[in-house]
Amino acid sequence: MLGRLSWAAIPFDEPIPLIAAGVVGLVILAVLGWIVMKGWWPYLWREWLTSVDHKRIGVMYVTLALVMLVRGYSDAIMMRSQQAVAIGGARGYLPPSHYDQIFSAHGTIMIFLVAMPFVVGLMNFVVPLQLGVRDVAFPVLNSVSFWLTAAAALLINASLVIGNFARTGWMAYPPLSELTFSPDVGVDYYLWSLQISGIGTLLAGINMVTTILKMRAPGMFYFRMPVFCWTALATNMLIVAAFPILTATFAMLLLDRYLGMHFFTNAGGGNMMMYVNLFWAWGHPEVYILILPAFGVFSEVIATFSGKALFGYRSMVLATLAICVLSFMVWLHHFFTMGAGADVNSFFGIMSMVIAVPTGVKVFNWLFTLFHGRVVFKTPVLWSIGFMVTFVLGGMTGVLLAVPPVDFVLHNSVFLVAHFHNVIIGGVLFGAMAAYNYWFPKAFGFTLDERLGKASFWCWFFGFYFAFMPLYVLGLEGMTRRLEHIADPSWRPLLLVAEFGAILIFFGILFQALQLYVSIRTRESRRDLTGDPWNGRTLEWATSSPPPPYNFAVMPEVRSIDAFWEMKATGRIAPEPRYEAIEVPRNSPTGFIIAFFAVLVGFSLIWRIWWIVILALVAIAIVVLAFGWSENREQEIPGAEIARLERARLGLGPGE
Amino acid sequence: MLAVAACHQTGVLDPQGPIGAAEQLLLINSTGIMLVVVVPVIVATLAFAFWYRSSNARASHDPDWAYQGGIEFVVWSIPALVVILLGGVNWIGSHQLDPDQPIAAKAKPLRVDVVALDWKWLFIYPDQGIAAVNQLVVPAGTPVSFRLTSATVMNSFFVPQLGSQIYTMPGMTTRLHLLADNSGDYPGISANFSGDGFSDMRFIVKAEPPANFVAWVAQVRASGSALDDAGYAQLAKPSEAVPPTTYRAVAPQMFDHIVSQTVSDPPNAHASRAWCPPAHAGG
Repeated sequence: MLGRLSWAAIPFDEPIPLIAAGVVGLVILAVLGWIVMKGWWPYLWREWLTSVDHKRIGVMYVTLALVMLVRGYSDAIMMRSQQAVAIGGARGYLPPSHYDQIFSAHGTIMIFLVAMPFVVGLMNFVVPLQLGVRDVAFPVLNSVSFWLTAAAALLINASLVIGNFARTGWMAYPPLSELTFSPDVGVDYYLWSLQISGIGTLLAGINMVTTILKMRAPGMFYFRMPVFCWTALATNMLIVAAFPILTATFAMLLLDRYLGMHFFTNAGGGNMMMYVNLFWAWGHPEVYILILPAFGVFSEVIATFSGKALFGYRSMVLATLAICVLSFMVWLHHFFTMGAGADVNSFFGIMSMVIAVPTGVKVFNWLFTLFHGRVVFKTPVLWSIGFMVTFVLGGMTGVLLAVPPVDFVLHNSVFLVAHFHNVIIGGVLFGAMAAYNYWFPKAFGFTLDERLGKASFWCWFFGFYFAFMPLYVLGLEGMTRRLEHIADPSWRPLLLVAEFGAILIFFGILFQALQLYVSIRTRESRRDLTGDPWNGRTLEWATSSPPPPYNFAVMPEVRSIDAFWEMKATGRIAPEPRYEAIEVPRNSPTGFIIAFFAVLVGFSLIWRIWWIVILALVAIAIVVLAFGWSENREQEIPGAEIARLERARLGLGPGE
Repeated sequence: MLAVAACHQTGVLDPQGPIGAAEQLLLINSTGIMLVVVVPVIVATLAFAFWYRSSNARASHDPDWAYQGGIEFVVWSIPALVVILLGGVNWIGSHQLDPDQPIAAKAKPLRVDVVALDWKWLFIYPDQGIAAVNQLVVPAGTPVSFRLTSATVMNSFFVPQLGSQIYTMPGMTTRLHLLADNSGDYPGISANFSGDGFSDMRFIVKAEPPANFVAWVAQVRASGSALDDAGYAQLAKPSEAVPPTTYRAVAPQMFDHIVSQTVSDPPNAHASRAWCPPAHAGG
């Protein structure tokens, strides 16, 4: 009846996950209870859960990412603490069976449920505004994408209490991830969650590519698009090209595990090397899927706060596209130690180095954007400068690892761990935080507290250096990754320094939370009524904060790069137009309901409860068909209503 | 970073053989080449950001300065030149240090077959007809020619002080050549996560003067048990932190059998472990 599910699936003998899950459960219940008590449920359902507004969906994506960041960080601090104490004869407080789940979950969650939703959410929120349009190409599909990602988050976190998570590392290499060596449900949680979020991401990618290619404001030619839109285009093309590889690879591993096939098994003619190749054929583009939007953010932030146009716009676009193409030609550098031979290794090594050229060009262009600028040191700028300093170090160690013989001695060491945290924290996370501080006032109509924002930056910045510079050194000393206990006591001091760094990062997160809290409490005094708090250059600053559901009452006319800057400079403010009615998509619960059933499908596939799988799949099919046949998907906001909203925003009296 | 490492040198920065030494040199040279660009970029970032701060009235301001062909040219050229230089280093280094390539030396290479098991290392000396677990005794100054495989999941054979690591993969053979210049004990590890017992999957490389190595072989041959198929089946069962042991004899062709056996019929205990409720603490 319930497949493999039984009371034995609950880890009553393990206090840490039970307490963690208990606390999380209580918090969720408290929040839900509060919402019910305050009578906010209808508002939440109407305005957020069923919203198909790209701005609302973007905000929900980022919220999901921030919540999951806390989960991912909890895993991180547990690992660092384990490695700080389990040295010499000591065994620490985590047995291997638990520790192995933690590092697997940390990687999986940070990549798929923090970094991905953060950048996808940013693109969702910003791109249509920057393009001067009213929504994405497929608004309901957008909602489906988000809710599928949220469904994956729920499933992965369910593994904390019901069953267990994978103990294979976040790459889940076979044969370790095959049924023979991982017979429990851990790998199934990993695979099904990522299949669900992968579908969501692919749909989001298709949506965004279509939006950028087909829906731009009049005059917004490709070479007038803000650089963030260019990076979003490149990223989403990569998503469309790369995510199907991951889905197919996981599908093959699932066939191995569920139907006894032999794609990657030891026996029966399987070959695990194929998995490793396919995984990284997705995995390396994935790195650029994450970093390119961050590059876009820095381009916007540095130009805006330098009060200057971005230096070398065309170079930036060219570099972005070069990275987009090259990212598919380097995957083998993740496994030089497989014994492919010198020709193959050095080809992929050199291709990996070639990517450093467009990346280096970007760094120089940011540098020359600062040059002759008037740099206003708001929080987003600190994140950007911190990024430039940190990222070049990460880039350098990356190029170092692209030399195959150097990789032979550093592969899988904590040097590698330090390298990719150097680029993911120093690049993606710093970019996400810069973007969060930069676009928050656009999303909510008030600015974030500067003092706490800066405190958060400094904690993250130094926390990163304290946490990961020791790992570079330890990697050179021969420390490999994923050790549950450490034999060499001479590594203790550096591991303690790393632990200290991780604690500093905790304060970074704490200040971030405080910043949000304090800013909300003092929002009345920090309202931005202009819609343009930073003297912005691009079209998102041309509308009110938060923007109305239709974004722009009148489609803006674009005449140059930095369209809004040009409008302000030439004083080209249109005389008050005749406001016309605007059609906006109607809210739809389709995404939320599909995701609800997707959770059921995933959960029952994991536990092999076949009847629920079938019922839930049928339910999803019915929802999709019902949506397909539904009419009346749009609603019209009458011209008079728009006139009222716009006149209120511009501080004019009520119209005639 | 390198300065910190210098006060306590072990691992990769303390190479004890020609492969490790060449790799260390490559590491230092490549880092040096890149620092030539990286350090000025970091300094310039901080300097530009500081000088062009909005409160500095003395700094020039040119809000429309967004393109200059010469700068663009230089900006593309600098990383391109660095990459051309490093690309050459990369190509030459990769070919000189291909793990497949024998090491030129006067002494005849010692052949060792390596099998990764859950969670220990089996070393078979085909020419001596002996075997050892979790200890690898080799003559110093003599190249060692490895064939490697795994009878379980993927692992990576790595002795940081000797250089290059290489994956060990079930049903497949990889090759590696290493040499220890001087006698000494060098720690070895698995550098690819392989399950619960991974942290203790360590072994020790004992490089001995050649005469001592011959004596050691004779001593191993004179004591202990032989590694036959039954003994191997026992050894292949998962176990952790196994103390070093030796076998006075080993069944002929055992390595090849392991390579093919793993493909046709996994000998290890996992295979017979039917599904049981999720394993928590201690599994």
